[in-house]
Amino acid sequence: MSEYILILVSTILVNNFVLVKFLGLCPFMGVSRKLETATGMSLATTFVLTMSSICSYLANEYLLIPLGLEYLRTMTFILVIAFVVQFTEMVVHKTSPLLYQVLGIFLPLITTNCAVLGVALLNIQERHGFIESALYGFGAAVGFSMVLILFSAMRERIAVADVPEAFKGNSIALITAGLMSLAFMGFAGLVKP
Amino acid sequence: MPFINTSSPHQQNQSSVPDLMRKVLLALIPGALACLYYFGFGVLVNIVIASATALASETIMLNLRHYPVRRYLTDYSALVTAILLALALPATVPWWLTVIATSFAIVIAKQLYGGLGYNPFNPAMIGYVVALIAFPQQMTQWPVPQPGGALGLLDVLLLQLTGTLSDPAILDAVTSATPMDQIKTGIGLNRTIGEISTGALFGTVAGRGWELVNLLFLLGGLWLLWKKVINWQIPVAVLSALFFWSWMFNLYDGDLYSSPFFHLFSGGTMLCAFFIATDPVTASTTHWGRLIYGMGIGILTFIIRNWGGYPDGIAFAVILMNMAVPTIDYYTQPRVFGHQDED
Repeated sequence: MSEYILILVSTILVNNFVLVKFLGLCPFMGVSRKLETATGMSLATTFVLTMSSICSYLANEYLLIPLGLEYLRTMTFILVIAFVVQFTEMVVHKTSPLLYQVLGIFLPLITTNCAVLGVALLNIQERHGFIESALYGFGAAVGFSMVLILFSAMRERIAVADVPEAFKGNSIALITAGLMSLAFMGFAGLVKP
Repeated sequence: MPFINTSSPHQQNQSSVPDLMRKVLLALIPGALACLYYFGFGVLVNIVIASATALASETIMLNLRHYPVRRYLTDYSALVTAILLALALPATVPWWLTVIATSFAIVIAKQLYGGLGYNPFNPAMIGYVVALIAFPQQMTQWPVPQPGGALGLLDVLLLQLTGTLSDPAILDAVTSATPMDQIKTGIGLNRTIGEISTGALFGTVAGRGWELVNLLFLLGGLWLLWKKVINWQIPVAVLSALFFWSWMFNLYDGDLYSSPFFHLFSGGTMLCAFFIATDPVTASTTHWGRLIYGMGIGILTFIIRNWGGYPDGIAFAVILMNMAVPTIDYYTQPRVFGHQDED
């Protein structure tokens, strides 16, 4: 049990995918201008990340290893992720048009989120089992969502600040992200490797 | 009969920014004097270097932006940042470390965001964290608390300005890790709290010297509360959250977790709770928001102190909660009078 909690603490805080591992920076910068869109993106990413890390684990365990095709791993995972994203989009579209409207463009965008592929590959590298893979994906997604929502609320406030001309927009946002990453270094050592 | 028409608010607060900052500086004096008494002239040297750097970098930035220098410099906010940072730095750090930390705090954490009122992070704590991460060795060596200070004025100046001492052997004798750091190392070596705190560095409830420093910062903070410069919610929430969790864990295993009073009177607890966390710009502004913000700082401090890699988690806790302030404010907006919920 405690190792599962450690996986969650590790992925959400200590090895946060955005602020410590620097993965998934494109949606982090791209959709953080408004709190509402950030919340939508977080929900969609959480679902896709958890599903895709489960699916890629299954694909690796029951398809690639028995057939001796480990060298196709990256390509297979990209395919699996694209499939999960497309599948999610179709299901959401049919079952809940309202949610589909809220998530809108963000669903297909998740395919290009490097954190999703990163989680799938790291699961293999760290030799995670089924539950561990699912938790790792879920924790990574929760960490991503938390940081994205906090960041978007900060950006809404910075947008009305008297920032020097040369630093307006993305530059001050990147500086803020850097300072946030500095704060997250305080969690170092919480989980012993 | 003519009526005087004035628009609301009718009861106005007369205090201005320079006035508030002056009161904060006044309230810092007793604690700062205690620091000076126990840690020696290094505290004074830090304060002088940090203040000069802060004023210089603020002037340069204001000049670059073509803003009126005098008006912004005389609001004392740069001075408050510099002095809080100087009090947080160990009293033996070399001069360039103070300069780097202070200029980073003023230039990047404050002026790039547009100056006072816009900075999302507490500048002093950003400066401290930058120094802690970049120069961990210098930042964890504190002078041994000793009435009158362990080093003379000349030795301190020599050490901080040139990095050498007349007799290099003195350095090891007069500096050591803080009590909190020692507890952390001791626990790692499977010793109990009781065994570790028999050391010469420990006093009645916390580190020798540190107790009095924290007590005087507490008094200064209470004076600020009485003068209504700060709100009660944040200090109360910080201290009670820290007290509650350390008490619970101390009850659970007194050999592994220090007493709640040790946590309250060690490191920068009181300085943080009354002077740093209450910074009106970077703290939450709603009633419930302040309580959540303060409790967050208390809990994160406790977590980082006990299980994290850094000896004191105060600075990290403050900037982590600064990060959450816009979100907290967004979700704790009080209902506007006269409006109804949408459902």
